[in-house]
Amino acid sequence: MITRSLDAFKANGQIVIVGASLAGLRGAEALRDEGFGGRLTIIGDEPHAPYDRPPLSKQVLEGWVKADRTKLPHRREIDADWRLGVAATGLDRTKKLVRLGDGTEVPFDRLLITTGVRARQWPNPAEAGLEGVFTVRTCDDAARLQAALAARPRRVLIIGAGYIGSEMASVCRKLGLDVTVAERAAAPLAGALGNVIGAIAAEMQRDAGVDLRTGVSVSALEGDSRGHVCRAHLSDGTRLDVDLVLASLGSIRNVEWLDGARLAAGYWGLGCDAGCRVFDVHGVVTDDIFVAGDVARSPHVLFGYQFLSMEHWDNAVLGAAVAAHNMVCEELDRRAHLLVPTNWSGQFGVNIKSVGVPSFGDEIAFTQGAVTERRFAAAYGRNGRIVGAVTFNQGKWLQHYEALIMRSSPFPPPPAGFDVPADARSVPADFPPRGVGAPDVILTGHDPNERQAELVQPPR
Amino acid sequence: MTPEQAFAEAMKFENRPNPYPFFDELRKTPVARTAHGIYVVTGYKEIIALAHDPRVSSDLRNGSLLAMIRGGDSSGAPSDADSGMAEMLDKYGGDTMMILSDPPDHSRMRRQAMRHFGPPHCPDLIPSMEEYSVRIVNDLLDKLKGKHRFDVVDDYAYPLPVAVICKILGVPVEDEKQFHVWIAEFLGGMDLGPEAATEEGKRRQAKGRESRTELTKYLIGLIERAEKKGGEGMIAQLVHDTGPDGRMSSSEILQNCILLLVAGHDSTVNLLAHCVLTLLRNPGSIDKLRKRPELIPRAIEEVLRLESSVQFFPSRSALSDIEIAGTTIPSGAPIFLMYTAGNRDPAQFPDPNTFSLERDAKESLGWGAGVHTCFGGPLARLEVNVGLETFLRRVRNPRLVVDPPPYRPSQIFRGPLHCEIEIDGIEDRGAS
Ligand SMILES: Cc1cc2nc3c(=O)[nH]c(=O)nc-3n(C[C@H](O)[C@H](O)[C@H](O)COP(=O)(O)OP(=O)(O)OC[C@H]3O[C@@H](n4cnc5c(N)ncnc54)[C@H](O)[C@@H]3O)c2cc1C
Ligand code: HEM
Repeated sequence: MITRSLDAFKANGQIVIVGASLAGLRGAEALRDEGFGGRLTIIGDEPHAPYDRPPLSKQVLEGWVKADRTKLPHRREIDADWRLGVAATGLDRTKKLVRLGDGTEVPFDRLLITTGVRARQWPNPAEAGLEGVFTVRTCDDAARLQAALAARPRRVLIIGAGYIGSEMASVCRKLGLDVTVAERAAAPLAGALGNVIGAIAAEMQRDAGVDLRTGVSVSALEGDSRGHVCRAHLSDGTRLDVDLVLASLGSIRNVEWLDGARLAAGYWGLGCDAGCRVFDVHGVVTDDIFVAGDVARSPHVLFGYQFLSMEHWDNAVLGAAVAAHNMVCEELDRRAHLLVPTNWSGQFGVNIKSVGVPSFGDEIAFTQGAVTERRFAAAYGRNGRIVGAVTFNQGKWLQHYEALIMRSSPFPPPPAGFDVPADARSVPADFPPRGVGAPDVILTGHDPNERQAELVQPPR
Repeated sequence: MTPEQAFAEAMKFENRPNPYPFFDELRKTPVARTAHGIYVVTGYKEIIALAHDPRVSSDLRNGSLLAMIRGGDSSGAPSDADSGMAEMLDKYGGDTMMILSDPPDHSRMRRQAMRHFGPPHCPDLIPSMEEYSVRIVNDLLDKLKGKHRFDVVDDYAYPLPVAVICKILGVPVEDEKQFHVWIAEFLGGMDLGPEAATEEGKRRQAKGRESRTELTKYLIGLIERAEKKGGEGMIAQLVHDTGPDGRMSSSEILQNCILLLVAGHDSTVNLLAHCVLTLLRNPGSIDKLRKRPELIPRAIEEVLRLESSVQFFPSRSALSDIEIAGTTIPSGAPIFLMYTAGNRDPAQFPDPNTFSLERDAKESLGWGAGVHTCFGGPLARLEVNVGLETFLRRVRNPRLVVDPPPYRPSQIFRGPLHCEIEIDGIEDRGAS
């Protein structure tokens, strides 16, 4: 890059974006906004034009919106070469090109990676292949699942009660379907919000008629003679007759296509600096490769410079804008991706919103409202400062907590002047222990000058 | 100019057509202490922060504004200069309406009212007002056929929202002649500016008090009738509410019905009139909107940003010491969030005094912010949209007669008293 002037690059350079979804589209638009006039290629393995995912577990499954009707609006003309329905299968950093599944190669001066995540499948492939076993990440998933729900299964089993599993359980109850939720942790949403809030979410599910079973996992699925799922075996020995199973087991980062490229890509995502520039396997920053959206992982100043991956809509939008800016600017104009993440979810008639990183906290204090009415705000703290907050049907106050988090204000925050909860003391937030992933990388070589990082292929 | 002087100027009647230079002056201190220890907030981000701060109350019973005005005077009696403000607070005291309450009562009342007004329980009410609104504005223009001059306020902007809110509440629209005068006098009597102390000001306050009493008596009559006989509309629905939150107390019903009747049309009139005024002041914009009517909603938001119908709402006070923008607002101090000034904060809206159809003014403070954000926004947007779209389509070559037009006295609810225009005629209904 130093050899070519920035102006020449902006006029005639080549940028390739891999991943044609929210971050990819917004990144492309931002590149054009930033005055990039060169060649832009967008590669996506899904055959569809970029579409929005949040409605897929909400309005689409309720039947309000068709699964193919959540296309993302284009904010401007992009003038790009769209290569949809073909996956990127490799990255050659020496020749600076991306290899595609159809055998073609696309050269780039700069690359933006927005390959996101995919749904973790039910681990036993034979059982995962049974008719009636679903995951939901794509619009095709949602279309199939919507049709299956419309056929009114007698009992739905949802495995995993994170946000998506819980939203799905709510949809099932709205549709009047019997539903069992099996969650390994002590409560729904425990991973995102901790067990204190999880206990409230559990009550919501039970009040709505969900057969919620916590502290159990599903050990096996069984099919009938037609290959349709008919029964589930739980770790507590119970058996359950079910004819629809949704596995909502979290996500897997789409980084396999980067194998061999010696980038800091692994189980937790693709590492980058706060300006979206990708790290190589040694943690050294690259010049021409950028990343944004669900697949990215970057250090955040507010959270002890820890690497965070934020699988949220606003992270994809803002991250893509920052990446695009930094791809076409001078060093001194670089911006940082300093999102205070927010997340929202609708379930069981309650609008849940969070800001900051609740799971970074270890204490929680209810600050406003009444838990019994499911109308409250709570703040999360760590080392005496506020790092996150959650609201149930109190979203209008979220900005206040966001401002407190941005200023790293003391925890617990100053008491509200009204609508103060009966018990406002701070208590442990009680997050389940974090799963330890397989090691991604090891060091080889004895002499410090000879040390090399080697990626370890995790079992996939 | 001190902040105190700037605020007094901004509130003066003679500056009503253009208070903005004084707000610019004030914004140099985005959170400024002014007369009576009132903290006036003019910076966009400071307004947003305080509107979302749970240490800021909207309940006048918490605020010491009243006590301070009275208590500050050793005799305990309100001084002449203050009586306007004390008066208005007295009027709003007693039982609360949602706009003058805090959670949890606020949230409950808002839910109870929303149940009969909007989604999820009544998703069709507002959309069902569209056809009615179109008919009203077309009838109004039909009546103006053959004329070459009319008043946008009295002849066009006013009748539409009044008819709609009457229908929604179940208030007989024939009674409009009575309550129109009461509401005008009652709002005219709420003077927060220096003129409150004049003979004329005092006369207006006395009139305002009487009118407020008349309006209250009138609404009590409607509520009692609904109690006995039921009937259509929100008044009857609130009286006979069987929702999950139960029924509001009778005084809450009264207060919220007064609020809905007044807030439900007054600001809409001001916005529609300001829309016409602003478009006529910006040559070319009318042609542009006629060609691209899909830009009308955006134009409306931009007018609301530039000419905020609700300049501020003087209900708020601090419940503890609040540090903001280098100032500490002491516990108990009244706080005025000047939406109208935040809407022209150059840090938020570049080139803030320019009317621009390119701007996305959705982040404006015209509808307020936080839990008290306008309850009736979707209805108001529909009405102004129908009103403006029909005006642009049917009124041929409109021209302002006087600029600036005369303004109404209220500092809170700012809008033209009249807005005379000359026209070449009115197109037929079907014409496009
Ligand atoms: C059901 C559901 C509900 C959600 N609800 C919410 C919500 O309420 N609030 C919220 O904030 N967020 C929500 N999210 C998360 C939000 O949708 C994501 O944060 C967002 O989609 C991230 O965008 P992205 O572009 O980074 O990744 P993705 O949307 O995952 O896009 C990545 C794209 O890259 C493609 N791709 C992957 N590998 C390759 C390859 N090798 N070659 C070519 N293309 C490739 C993928 O197929 C995909 O199209 C939800 C997600 C789901 C699935
Ligand atoms: C253009 C028209 C309108 C404008 C500009 C407007 C503006 C506002 C503003 C700024 C507030 C916030 C007040 C505060 O800070 O406390 C508000 C509140 C309110 N408005 Fe409107 N309004 C309009 C029309 C309407 C209509 C049509 C209705 C009724 C149907 C309505 C009913 C209310 C109510 C009930 C509140 C109080 C809400 C609460 O306290 O929670 N408004 N409005």
